[in-house]
Amino acid sequence: MRIIQILGKGCPSCEKLAENAEVAARELGIEYQLEKVTDLKQIMAHGVMLTPGLVVDGEVKSVGKVLSSDEIKELLH
Amino acid sequence: MWAREWRPLVVIVAVFLLCFYLPVDWLRGSAGLPGAVWEGLYLVRWYAQEHVILCLVPAFFIAGAISVFVSQASVLKYLGAGAKKVVAYGVASVSGTLLAVCSCTVLPLFAGIYGMGAGLGPASAFLYAGPAINVLAIIFTARVLGLELGVARAVGAIVFSVVIGLFMHFIFRKEELEKARIQARLPEPEVKRPLWQNALFFASLVGVLVFANWGEPARETGLWYAIYSSKWLITSVVALALAVILVRWFDLGLWKVGTVVVPTALAALLLPSEPLVAFAVAVLGLSVITSTRGGEPGDWFAESWKFAKQILPLLLVGVLIAGLLLGRPGEEGLIPSGWVSGAVGGNSLLANLFASIAGAFMYFATLTEVPILQGLIGNGMGAGPALALLLAGPALSLPNMLVIRSVIGTRKTVVYVALVVVMSTVAGLIYGAMSR
Repeated sequence: MRIIQILGKGCPSCEKLAENAEVAARELGIEYQLEKVTDLKQIMAHGVMLTPGLVVDGEVKSVGKVLSSDEIKELLH
Repeated sequence: MWAREWRPLVVIVAVFLLCFYLPVDWLRGSAGLPGAVWEGLYLVRWYAQEHVILCLVPAFFIAGAISVFVSQASVLKYLGAGAKKVVAYGVASVSGTLLAVCSCTVLPLFAGIYGMGAGLGPASAFLYAGPAINVLAIIFTARVLGLELGVARAVGAIVFSVVIGLFMHFIFRKEELEKARIQARLPEPEVKRPLWQNALFFASLVGVLVFANWGEPARETGLWYAIYSSKWLITSVVALALAVILVRWFDLGLWKVGTVVVPTALAALLLPSEPLVAFAVAVLGLSVITSTRGGEPGDWFAESWKFAKQILPLLLVGVLIAGLLLGRPGEEGLIPSGWVSGAVGGNSLLANLFASIAGAFMYFATLTEVPILQGLIGNGMGAGPALALLLAGPALSLPNMLVIRSVIGTRKTVVYVALVVVMSTVAGLIYGAMSR
């Protein structure tokens, strides 16, 4: 079970990133749980200033970028 | 990307063309609706014809280029925990142009600078300057409301942000917060080409925007008029420079750029009295060759398109409402001119204070402050209160006050809001007195 978190206050790029992550996880066929973190304090707790941020299993994988689903697949491997 | 994006594109282009050719006079003769409705439609048509192709579209490309080609990480370095204070204030006050092209990124950055970076002072400076000096807003203000107010807005915002930051730091210096132990995570800056190449690229983009929009000066002599009378020649030269830059440093093939330059030149030569046509051809061509490529040019277009998609619908609604309520300049909408000039006319302390407070609490979607202000000025708002509203408005709104409060607490938020309102009022008074 992988836990994928998208950090951001719901701007269009955050939605896009969440969408790409969902596609990536589904195409890999893994069990996953996707969570959108919109609370600023929690976003800060990850040390992320540039949104959107991508966190996998508690580890910050990217900040300030909308990764493509292929790039996210690499990270999930 | 077009597999998914063609729908919004078709809708936006269709709505734009409809607005551009809207037969308001004909409609008006055939249907009996209140005059204010027609005012709204006239204003929409005027915006579509005057401001979209020459001003907004290039501004979207510039904003898109900033978010792709400027490394945000290298700017944030100067706002980190170890940054020198003087540098931090300076960078915080101007970096809004580079970092905050989307208003939803301002608050996380603010919380980050406050908690993990340079502290409350620079964070407040950034919080204020970020939304107030974003490129799109400044360009659009200068174009619609006049260069003077555009410059006053930019300069006012930069000065304000530093002063507000220093005040916040000074007032709360005793409780400088226990630095969070968390290390800020910043992406590694990626360097793809030397700074001077990027600088020239931006200079050519801004050049096209500035010269294409060069206004007719009052007197028919002097340098300004000389530039005005050959503005399309200058714009073409700058645009050609941009084409060369795209071929040499951005890996867009010579033949591709050529397929844009040649039809543009043809359109310009065949229809010399309709520069809009050539401009539209150039924009369409640039969109096609960048969007069909991956990598940086593709990202550039995708970002620019994102801004257009996000902002244009809001702006359309904003212009319609502004026209409906306030009418075109010189006409009256639903709200009687007397009310406006009574509340915010002239340059009294009360008028400036009222404009500041109204601006601070009201929410303006990106750029909609411009048509609203245009309507207010047309109905007798003074220059001072206009600036006061511009300085207090986009930086603050009730919803974002609540978010700010969740980051820095009630007391600091109240002080911050009070500072913004008081300073906007004072700036309005000074500007109003100067421009009389």
